[in-house]
Amino acid sequence: MTRRRSQEPGLWLLFSAGGTLGAVFLPALVVLLWVAPALGWMAPPSPERLAAVAGGIPGRLFLSALIPLALYHWAHRFRYTLYDGLQLYHLNQLIAVLTYGVATVLSVGAGILVWR
Amino acid sequence: MNPAYRRYHPKWHRAGMPIFWWLRSLPYARFIARELTSMLVAYAAVLLLVQVRALDAGPESYARFTAWLGSTPVVVWHLAVLAGLLFHTLTWLHLAPRAMVVRLGGRRVPDAMVLLGQYAAWAGASALVAWVLLA
Repeated sequence: MTRRRSQEPGLWLLFSAGGTLGAVFLPALVVLLWVAPALGWMAPPSPERLAAVAGGIPGRLFLSALIPLALYHWAHRFRYTLYDGLQLYHLNQLIAVLTYGVATVLSVGAGILVWR
Repeated sequence: MNPAYRRYHPKWHRAGMPIFWWLRSLPYARFIARELTSMLVAYAAVLLLVQVRALDAGPESYARFTAWLGSTPVVVWHLAVLAGLLFHTLTWLHLAPRAMVVRLGGRRVPDAMVLLGQYAAWAGASALVAWVLLA
């Protein structure tokens, strides 16, 4: 077993970074972008402002960190939820390929879109 | 014959575990609920991406996106998403003092202080988001 190094620590790091970024940034984003304006609590942020933020270098760096890490956070946690919660031990490899695969494909799409 | 092969391999007893074991008690259900908040983290990431795309595609497409955001089922859904994400945030921040031991000057920083730092980081990040989006 010494030949194969585990990828677990690396995946755990992605999971952990995504969990942290999601924990501190997402509630505010959800409130200000999607919930409060829709409920009429505040005027929606102007599209010009949002386009300028999303198109600026800090905004692009932020999105290209947050989105892939959030997706890998999901992939890792969901993988083990299926594994432990539904006891799909025999599908371990298929689940890993599907979850990390979806996260990877969407991350590449995010990168293309954000740096268009 | 393969010497490792035994024709009558003994089978030991393993207690069966029902699939919905986590519905048996509140802490287990809470654990699975916490694990499932990761789906909402991914949802928010994807929706951010959709919003960037709508912004990119011009005013008409962005107006369609905001109209969708304002429809009642979507508002209700997003309130649920917010509740789930707050659950994620609270459970995540409260995990930190258990996951890491912070030492300052050879003394262990009390868990309450680590937790306070976590909350400060959350507040700072939220203020930054508000300032960037609304300023």
